Amino acid sequence: MQSVSTLERVLRGIAITVIILFFMFPILWIFLMSFQTNETILRVPPSIFFEPTLVNYKALISGRLEGSTATLEIAFMSNLYNSLFLSVTSVTVGLLLGVPAAYAFARLKFRGSEDIAFTLLSFRFAPPLLVLLPLTIYFQQIGLADTYVGLIWVYQLIVLPLILWIVRGYFEDIPADIEYAYRIAGHGFWATFRRIALPLAGPGIAAAGLLAFIFAWNNFIFALVLASADKQPVTVGALAFITASGINYGQIAAGIILSIAPTFALALYAQRYLVEGLSLGAVKG
Amino acid sequence: MSLELHDISKSFKDDKVLDGVSLSVPEGKTLVLFGPSGAGKTVLLRLIAGVIEPDAGHVEIAGRNVDGVEPEDRNIGMAFQNFALFPHMDAHANIASPLTAQKQGKSAIEAGVQSLARLLKIEHVLGHKPKELSNGQKQRTALARALAGKPKVLLLDDPLRNVDAKLRFEMRLELPRLLSDQNATVVYVTQDYKEAMAFGDEIAVINGGVIQQIGTPEQIYLSPANVEIARLFGDPVINFLDVTPQEDRDGVFAMISDKRVNLDAGHKHAVGQDCVLGIRPESVLFVAEDHIRAVPVTVEAETPLNEKTVNLCLTARGREIMASRPSGTPGPATGPAFVTIDASHAVLFDKQSGALIPQDESAALPKGEVA
Repeated sequence: MQSVSTLERVLRGIAITVIILFFMFPILWIFLMSFQTNETILRVPPSIFFEPTLVNYKALISGRLEGSTATLEIAFMSNLYNSLFLSVTSVTVGLLLGVPAAYAFARLKFRGSEDIAFTLLSFRFAPPLLVLLPLTIYFQQIGLADTYVGLIWVYQLIVLPLILWIVRGYFEDIPADIEYAYRIAGHGFWATFRRIALPLAGPGIAAAGLLAFIFAWNNFIFALVLASADKQPVTVGALAFITASGINYGQIAAGIILSIAPTFALALYAQRYLVEGLSLGAVKG
Repeated sequence: MSLELHDISKSFKDDKVLDGVSLSVPEGKTLVLFGPSGAGKTVLLRLIAGVIEPDAGHVEIAGRNVDGVEPEDRNIGMAFQNFALFPHMDAHANIASPLTAQKQGKSAIEAGVQSLARLLKIEHVLGHKPKELSNGQKQRTALARALAGKPKVLLLDDPLRNVDAKLRFEMRLELPRLLSDQNATVVYVTQDYKEAMAFGDEIAVINGGVIQQIGTPEQIYLSPANVEIARLFGDPVINFLDVTPQEDRDGVFAMISDKRVNLDAGHKHAVGQDCVLGIRPESVLFVAEDHIRAVPVTVEAETPLNEKTVNLCLTARGREIMASRPSGTPGPATGPAFVTIDASHAVLFDKQSGALIPQDESAALPKGEVA
């Protein structure tokens, strides 16, 4: 594009503004809500001017919800911890299993490798509920229901295909000659995997891990069905704010802000790597 | 260590890349694999290196069958056409990689890297990552890495392909000495006939996955096995003239522009056959009009080519002939002229198959007796 007319520039500006407003406004509104009490939130007409209060955050962090009639115990902080633990462990397990598998799918063309890789991807096609109902029965019978191990296992349905398919592409992008050169220099298969393939696919592995973390963190349905109160992540725990005496919008908003904060920060920090990692080949000659 | 290939075949899917290739390189010798791209040269090198396995046949290194031996256990050095440097390691670590694999001590590694870097004049860039190196430096780093492990078999996959002309010229002078110092058995792949002639103790011409000819550079140049090889070796390219050899009591001859060109008596068995006569441009000489075998031509163009001057000539029947002479020697730039054809190094090919018609040594008379 050599010359951009003024009209075009103005139109583009408007379009970008509209898009940003559309996507960012809900987040901004929730952010504002989290500093208000239910009364100011529910007043008509709504206003962006109010006296900010930290009462919602205090309630969440202390775990005591002071209602108009009674005090309610909530486990928000332990939910947050559960989210963190489940996501980190799931991604770790997913990387430990997925990265070597991705390498095998990329480099060793064995019989049926394409079919197996596709089957793993197809886990993402099925509606989660379809898998969950029979799984719940199995898990109850073998004692995995309501355990961290069981949850992490099920989380692999989300995490593993993602890691496998993203990282596989990265391994395929490494010119085979570079690995051959290392082998011919006298290093074995595993040394080549560790010192050539892994570092060169590093950005891709990081991007896949990050994405998997966000997906695991945002998961709702698996934990809803398979976990009881003390194993619940924040996504499920937020339901507790809908109480018999009313919906605590302020606390919900504060809970959302706290629970998206880690993934938001992570995504912001790693944005460059994510975009580079997901769009670009790893290495060229 | 000697290197031998026995009847190697390799297909990818339905595409037969190598078909029954057998080669033998004696210890310490250099074999040049010469052929156009897609001929199967690189695949053959990879089979020797052990990164791919042949469908049939086997590779022997030092008389030992290396089927199933992993690449890291073959004691081979290889330089890749695209360099294949490790992008996340600096030049020093790249060159050191065969030495670390041999579990050498720190000082031994340092000494090995430094001496190679000095030899290849890349000492000043040892701390650079591959992407900070120029193509020439990359190529030298790749070469140093291939040599570092003191391999007994060295595979060089067109290492001068991706470097600029000046460096290619320099390396053409340096490489033969470097290779002979290594005392390794070398397989050198190239598409450049000059490199092939300069480096090879022997040249194997490969095309379409089949070895077409194996011989010393002189053999390949002087008696190419077919028209295609004759065309590939030599610059300016060899002249081809359709002829039908004849014979009278003075010997075997062919007629070119109604002038008699005597052929070697060894070509007697080709008499009456439709042939293609291959004449190197160096054998086409400008002569004065009164020369007994002078063929009249029209000089169309003159082109300097390195140390030679090349003239494109047309015969009376419109056939094109290239004549080449050392620059500075007198010759017509344009216009009518006369040439004579020295057929002593001429080669005859069968017109249909393009295959060389070998001389019948027993029929060949001593040169002096050819009238």
